Amino acid sequence: MLVMQVLSTVDKLVAFVPEQKVPETIPHAFLGETVLVITLIGLVLGGLLAFAAGKFKVEENPLIEKVEDVLPKGQCGACGFAGCRGYAEAVALKEAVPANLCIPGGEKTATQVAVITGKSLGETVKVAARLKCTAEAATGAPMKFRYEGIADCAACNLFQGGCSECAYGCLGFGSCARACPFGAIEMKDGRPAISAERCTGCGICVRTCPRQCIEILPQKCMVRCRCNNPGKGSEVKKMCPSACIGCGLCAKKCPHSLITMENNLPVIQCEKCPPDCPMPCAEKCPTGALSPQKEPAQKAAS
Amino acid sequence: MMEKTGELFTIFFAALIINNIVLTQYLGLCVYMGVSKKVEPAFGMAVAATFIMGTSTFFCWLLYTLVLKPLGMDFLAIIVFVLIVSSLVQFTETYTKKMSPGLYYAVGIYLILLASNCAVLAPPLRNMEKGYGLMESIVNGIGLGMGFGLAIVLFSYIRERLELCDIPESFKGLPIAFITTGLIALAFMGFSGMVKL
Repeated sequence: MLVMQVLSTVDKLVAFVPEQKVPETIPHAFLGETVLVITLIGLVLGGLLAFAAGKFKVEENPLIEKVEDVLPKGQCGACGFAGCRGYAEAVALKEAVPANLCIPGGEKTATQVAVITGKSLGETVKVAARLKCTAEAATGAPMKFRYEGIADCAACNLFQGGCSECAYGCLGFGSCARACPFGAIEMKDGRPAISAERCTGCGICVRTCPRQCIEILPQKCMVRCRCNNPGKGSEVKKMCPSACIGCGLCAKKCPHSLITMENNLPVIQCEKCPPDCPMPCAEKCPTGALSPQKEPAQKAAS
Repeated sequence: MMEKTGELFTIFFAALIINNIVLTQYLGLCVYMGVSKKVEPAFGMAVAATFIMGTSTFFCWLLYTLVLKPLGMDFLAIIVFVLIVSSLVQFTETYTKKMSPGLYYAVGIYLILLASNCAVLAPPLRNMEKGYGLMESIVNGIGLGMGFGLAIVLFSYIRERLELCDIPESFKGLPIAFITTGLIALAFMGFSGMVKL
């Protein structure tokens, strides 16, 4: 085999080389020799590197660097690509990729990317993450048992389906708050308080939550259903006083027919809600699960 | 032939576990602490370190035996080894970036961290001290590299769990990581003296 041949050649080479002793007092000539050897080694290695740099040069479209510079580099993946570099490559090289996919960057980044790549812009909708569960743990489903383990929602969820009576609701251990790269989530009263200002809609919290009880909605949505449980009627009401029981009153009362019931939960086309609507859907909700959207008060974050 | 293989295996095993470069010789701690926060980068770093340590021992041994020792310049060993390791890292980066971008994005980004790392300088120097031949040097280098990889991957799993534990504020992050590493090193001390080398 090649390896054995190489090794045996090296062995033969080594056999040729004689041993030498260093003299007691080092004469000046030897110092000169030392400097020469080091310089030669340095030159050889440097030359090798220069040759490699020339021969293995990677040609890259300069646009990619320019686009990458203006991206926020949070590496969140909201654009759907593998990090900011991935998006920069896609938008610079492919015609079909739009310039406004970077949600954390917002309008400013979209405009800059559009200018650099010469593409035209669509409109960016401001979105925010919303919790599909009660705003406070006290008004939600009670606990089945007291969980004392690793303080992580996924860990608790693995243990007998979680410590909450409701199998679809928030567990309150703050995995979403820890996962948020923009510091938009704070745990308060056993529930995540999501700041719409800081939320960029990247979707990392949605993917982190083991119950899938966070959704991304347009920021201007005026009402939403704060329940994730697809059960119906009294069985759900027994579990949690603020649950959506799937009665469908909201769908019947909406004057603009924007609500449909799916899986005993309302689906609201909130982008079409007129801003002056008195919201009879929220008024008629018997449990208060469907209620107007209020921004949570959040203390100034550091 | 069998004794030679047995000897080589002894050297490999000693490098991997008994004289583990991070946990017994306390080298390469900055890279170890820096890359062990998550599991995937730790695996990438393990591969990069094994490769660099393995190949650099070969080239360092060559240069030492064929150039430095005959000229009586053993004392230049450290400087020349540093030069060789840095050049090798740079060359590997350039080569993989061009030839295999996939490999570069998976493993290559950790290569630059190893350019002037004491853990990568250690295998050639140890080989020099012990006067190993070619096969022994390479096996020692690969063993030390894999030992580094083993330590960093094990610790990354532990560190991910540490994030979720209830730790006093002043110990969060590096302090508890160091204490934990010390405990693991204590455990590895149990291996010492298994092989007389």
